Amino acid sequence: MTLLYSDVEEDLRSAVRQVLVERSPWTAVLARAGGDEPYDRALWQALAADVGCAGLAVPEKLGGAGASWREAAVVAEEVGRAAAPVPHLGAAMATAALLATVDDGWADDDLLAAVAAGETTAVLVLGLATPPSVAVPTSVRAANGALTGVVTGVADALAADVLAVPTNDGLWAVDAGDARLTPLTTLDLTRRLCDVAFEGAPARPLAGPAAAAHAWRAALRVGAALLAAEQLGIASWCLDATVTHLNTRHQFGRPVGSFQALKHRLAELWVAIAQARAVARYAAGCVADEDPDTAIAVAVAQAHCSPVAVRAAEECVQMHGGIGFTWEHPAHLYLKRAKSAAIALGTADQHRAALATLVDLPG
Amino acid sequence: MMDADELRDRVHRFLADHDVAGDRLAFLRARFDAGLAWVAFPEGLGGLGAPRVLQSVVDDAFAAADAPDNEPLRIGIGLGMVAPTIVRHGTQAQRERFLRPLWTGEEVWCQLFSEPGAGSDLAALATRAARDGDDWVVTGQKVWTSMAHEARWGILIARTDPGVPKHRGITYFVCDMTAAGVDVRPLRQITGEAEFNEVFLTDVRLPDELRIGDVGDGWRVARTTLMNERVAIGGGAAPRESGMIGVVAATWRDRPDLRTPGQHDALLRLWVAAEAARLAAQRLREQLAAGQPGEEGSAAKFAYARLNQEISGFELELLAADGLLYDDWTMRRPTIVDWQDRSPGYRYLRAKGNSIEGGTSEILANIIAERVLGLPPEARADVAAPWKELPR
Repeated sequence: MTLLYSDVEEDLRSAVRQVLVERSPWTAVLARAGGDEPYDRALWQALAADVGCAGLAVPEKLGGAGASWREAAVVAEEVGRAAAPVPHLGAAMATAALLATVDDGWADDDLLAAVAAGETTAVLVLGLATPPSVAVPTSVRAANGALTGVVTGVADALAADVLAVPTNDGLWAVDAGDARLTPLTTLDLTRRLCDVAFEGAPARPLAGPAAAAHAWRAALRVGAALLAAEQLGIASWCLDATVTHLNTRHQFGRPVGSFQALKHRLAELWVAIAQARAVARYAAGCVADEDPDTAIAVAVAQAHCSPVAVRAAEECVQMHGGIGFTWEHPAHLYLKRAKSAAIALGTADQHRAALATLVDLPG
Repeated sequence: MMDADELRDRVHRFLADHDVAGDRLAFLRARFDAGLAWVAFPEGLGGLGAPRVLQSVVDDAFAAADAPDNEPLRIGIGLGMVAPTIVRHGTQAQRERFLRPLWTGEEVWCQLFSEPGAGSDLAALATRAARDGDDWVVTGQKVWTSMAHEARWGILIARTDPGVPKHRGITYFVCDMTAAGVDVRPLRQITGEAEFNEVFLTDVRLPDELRIGDVGDGWRVARTTLMNERVAIGGGAAPRESGMIGVVAATWRDRPDLRTPGQHDALLRLWVAAEAARLAAQRLREQLAAGQPGEEGSAAKFAYARLNQEISGFELELLAADGLLYDDWTMRRPTIVDWQDRSPGYRYLRAKGNSIEGGTSEILANIIAERVLGLPPEARADVAAPWKELPR
């Protein structure tokens, strides 16, 4: 397995970055942040359907691009770099769950094809703070083809057409219009949460109980790997923006970036980000190849990348000085996204606890 | 272009003609002459002009045949730093004189760079080389010289013009370690042993043929040496839990009686840090193999210095009462660093050198900040002034 990027991946990165730079500069992200439309549906349409990001990991015979989660991770890096208000993570986790149902002999081919084409956005319904290696939650119950219950703190559901809902009894598809979504006021302005309530919502079965449990685990692994890539993108933007600022800002008659106190902190950050790139690439490669080392790889990636992204964003705010503390500068968008991402899908501590079991270092 | 199959084929043909159980030195000399020593070097100098990444193909093929090797750990300075410098900056006569016995290990090399007054600021060095007819007369003191007590030759940088700014008045020489006036003394270190030496040079006469590069161009030549030093220190493929983390992980598994919640958390943090450093080093090797050079070697050395120090410090506290003990303070002259078979206290102390030797972590941070990130250099007063006017 290579930890480098292929030429195809670099082309994909360029295409995604071009769309994000043109259609979602930080000024547009900031303008949307306070509004009633937290997700940029047109932007997501451009990425998912026009660039083809939604179907990267879906095999061609199921309507996808026949690439892999490795390429999807490159998209996640760029989404993180732009702090883009698109449901990439939630959609990818739903796609991972749907693909797992195919492996188990269940499959809604039409839904998967529509998702892969970017025509339908399916989002997995789980609390964003769900820690690794937990069982399918029991807060939603299925009875007679209808769901009842509440899942709190769900990411990306506000941008969904279809909700993929894991329960004890199976995996279900519910039209977003048949659920009650209550938006929450969130720390992260670019990935908004809502509570999802089902009150006898009509549901189509996507998988039985065993396959649903399998799909749940697959989605958590893919989510952790892609989130690590997104954190890498967040950290890279923060470092680049800080270096640019320190090269231009002058105090005491010299560029602020010539002070060793700042240079050394950024050098250390660069080392940590170089490591983040390696562990994120390894995690993406493992989920792409369904490598036996996947569980360890994604736990390492989350345990390393979560604090690196937070540190990068915190250094970005601090080294920008006063301007970094203002609403009119983008640093806070990244700080909020980084800190929330560090809690999303398990904190670094929870992933280390998972590793204790996985690598036989019991407490 | 030479490919892996062609190289394997050449090794097999060589092995058909040369007995691996025969005379070791004769075997190594013949391997050099066949261009199978360092395959990236030019033909006639132990190489075939092949891509550098194919070296492992050749080494693996010889190792698989149980062929004798040149004890690379013993002659690491020569292989890693001297040879690339001589190939790049030496005359043809110098290449032909020095490279073959260097590679076979017949002649050991050492590095006469650091001085008591010139560590991180190496270019401030004060060892003086004055021209006298066809010779240079060298006087000064070098320090941290590993293998000086076994070396036949040393690479030496000395000041030939004190009247110009410090980077411009330096010339690069090969020092004959058997010459009159070369005095090598062991330098005992905090672990109790002496890997390194102090070298006192008193009116040492070196013929001008031993000069590498132009007079006054020694700093540029030395940069080739130093760049290769960091590549050498950061390299090496490694499986998971190799290195110090494997030692403490094994202790953790074997000794449930030592475990505390705080140490469990610390261990898991170190384990993740070690895995991140390992994967980053793996990615770096892939980048180098793909011809994407960079300063990432500095990053790998920087990361491993801290990691080794943190893990070895953790190990002593984990061991509690046993961490109070030390294996042996006897003054010895080791040629390789044997951290695996020594006690935890040795590992803790030896790792303190990791952030000093081969460029301090602070200097590496400067290099990363300036050459990778493109941040502006420190304000400096010492670049334009003549060396002799600098405060010391």
